[in-house]
Amino acid sequence: MRRSLLFLPGNQPNMLQNGAVLPADALIFDLEDSVSPSEKDAARELVASALRSIDYGSRGLVVRINDIDKPYVKKDLEAVAAAGAMSVMVPKVSGAHTIHHVAVMLDLIEEEYRMEPGRTKIIALIETAAGIEKAFEAAAASPRVEALALGGEDLSADLGCPRTKEGTEIFYSRSRLVVAARAAGIEAIDTPFTDARDEEGCYADTVFARSMGFDAKLSISPHHLRPIHRAFVPTEEAVAFALEVKEAMEIARREGRGAVSLRGKMIDLPVLKQAERTIELARASGMLAAEKEGALL
Amino acid sequence: MTLQTKVVPSLREAILRAGLRDGMTLSFHHHLRDGDNVLNTVLAECSLMGLKDLTVNASAIMGCHRPLLDFIEDGTVTGIECNFMHANVGRSISRGLLKREVIFRSHGGRPAAMERGESPVHAAFIAASAADAAGNCNGKEGIAAFGSIGYAMPDAEHADYVIVLTDHLVEYPLMDASITEDRVDAVVVVDSIGDPKRIMSGTTRVTRDPIGLLIAEQTARAVQASGLLRDGFSFQTGAGGTSLAVASYLGGIMRERGITGRFASGGITGLLVDLMKEGLFETLLDVQCFDREAVESIRENARHGEISASRYASPTARTAVVDHLDVVILGATEIDTDFNVNVHTDSNGVIMGGSGGHSDTAAGAKLSVIVAPLVRARLPLIVDRVGTISTPGEDIDLLVTQYGIACNPKQAELSEKLRYAGLPVFSIHDLKARAESITGRPARIESSGRTVARVISREGDLLDEIRTVMG
Repeated sequence: MRRSLLFLPGNQPNMLQNGAVLPADALIFDLEDSVSPSEKDAARELVASALRSIDYGSRGLVVRINDIDKPYVKKDLEAVAAAGAMSVMVPKVSGAHTIHHVAVMLDLIEEEYRMEPGRTKIIALIETAAGIEKAFEAAAASPRVEALALGGEDLSADLGCPRTKEGTEIFYSRSRLVVAARAAGIEAIDTPFTDARDEEGCYADTVFARSMGFDAKLSISPHHLRPIHRAFVPTEEAVAFALEVKEAMEIARREGRGAVSLRGKMIDLPVLKQAERTIELARASGMLAAEKEGALL
Repeated sequence: MTLQTKVVPSLREAILRAGLRDGMTLSFHHHLRDGDNVLNTVLAECSLMGLKDLTVNASAIMGCHRPLLDFIEDGTVTGIECNFMHANVGRSISRGLLKREVIFRSHGGRPAAMERGESPVHAAFIAASAADAAGNCNGKEGIAAFGSIGYAMPDAEHADYVIVLTDHLVEYPLMDASITEDRVDAVVVVDSIGDPKRIMSGTTRVTRDPIGLLIAEQTARAVQASGLLRDGFSFQTGAGGTSLAVASYLGGIMRERGITGRFASGGITGLLVDLMKEGLFETLLDVQCFDREAVESIRENARHGEISASRYASPTARTAVVDHLDVVILGATEIDTDFNVNVHTDSNGVIMGGSGGHSDTAAGAKLSVIVAPLVRARLPLIVDRVGTISTPGEDIDLLVTQYGIACNPKQAELSEKLRYAGLPVFSIHDLKARAESITGRPARIESSGRTVARVISREGDLLDEIRTVMG
């Protein structure tokens, strides 16, 4: 379960080290925008070495590789997949072909390194108008794709409009991305909030993204992690309802009943999935100690 | 009434009247911090007068006191007693420049040594931002106002001859005098006692560094979990960005829980002034002002009180402020597995600091917390044995780093409280291993040269020795 994914520049050893203690649900080691061409090789080595040697605890480990038109991408994939990255973030995804390109390379790497086939997942970063138009196609292009993420800065540049704090210009793209991700049964991750000093602004932006259906948010600043997590804290009523749903499902399962009703309403799979997500968020927010949850269940 | 003026026409005249001779001791305070003109000016005059073998007893030797090295080289100064020494001077001392050993004390140990007769001062040179012709003076008024003059109060009390230097002479009587005429022998009017722009400490803002903030937040949670954060709470912290972040987080908890602290003490910053104005602390007990806001506050606010170094921290005082402290937040350049802390020397053994109030507050406070990053410039914070013992481990209760908290084994109950609050508590050996897994194990620097400095405990005993380092 992840609410926040924090970008760390791949060429800064101290930042790679700090990732082990920052309260992010997942870390994205960046080999793309934050690394200059002359440092690409060094950064790749550094990130691979960090993946192998630093204990990041339960944090998800993602590497943003260079885009597939660049010469580095094969080396990037080989180095980070072999070093144990859980996912690669593929920039500038403009349709199924981008995903196929990366997935094929991953197939070969996993075979060569005798890794479990399909182990390395893909987060598709959608940051162009073409990418938005073909978001569902990309999401459904490979079972490796676990999430669609929105890159609002490059997208608004591609759309030819100024990027604002309010984000009116990317409203349609956000909606489209959530729908595409949901239709493919994968996660939707929102664009980062770019003013590192405005924590309340980040909170408001995340609350809005959550209300649109996003599961998580990208972050370019450690200062945004707490506001993001705060925005994903479920209400006590929602948690109580989710626990009731789980309990009703559990009782039905024990009694061998297929259909379940709660307060006179039938509970179906989407309701159960949402309840499970709410319980996960409550646990991540520290609202739910294991024993309390057990007692309630 | 005819006012008996103590204003003498020149600094040289004051030095002559003080009867300064070769081998005597001069004292100075460091309230003007890195903007101080007085120490360098007085020593230059002594050098011109041909005085030799003098001892400088300063509450701190700052970076701006680099010219002191010239007066050591020409034989004017052969002894130093201080509570802190900036690396600008410390590097040369570590190479063996000074004939005699530097005596390092703490802010409380210095007045105690004066009182016990272990550190006699023949002439005290007290910079004051405002003074009258009879010697009543303070640091609160004038162009070079620096606030509390607390570190100079014991000098005025114990020196054989007391000279006030000021660049702002006012009509008698200066009403809000911090040092009064009954202790002052002479007044010298100078062009400038210091550069107001450099008087204030550089870092008096809450850090934005995410690791510093993480450490600060964990520290505030640990203080809360200790049970000491309740109405009547008393607290001290330094002016570093992480220390200020601790104060800020604690302020947040106090605000949320409706807790009112009794006092905050020590070096005072604008942040603590704001907490007092908000009503989160009833009073401030100020031995040193770190920024403009603090200077303004001590001048204007009756609940912001000035205290002497004696009252602040002296072990020979009947009681001292540090003895009433609940919690103190302190830094460290190194800490060892017995919780001994080094703030005197760097990883190469070169002098770059000093205790200041570190060992005093650690001894007095109920809870002494060290906050520091576990790895700094690729060096681990925790070592088997610190290069220099500045504060004994028995006075340290907690170490908070970004990788977790270590509790002194003597504090088993505290350790349980922190665990119960869900804080990440480890043994200091585990944290050391974690640091070394990142940095490797650095080779120990052994220095076997002659002793260049002795660190004296606040009680007056030898705590450690610092030896020459060639670098």
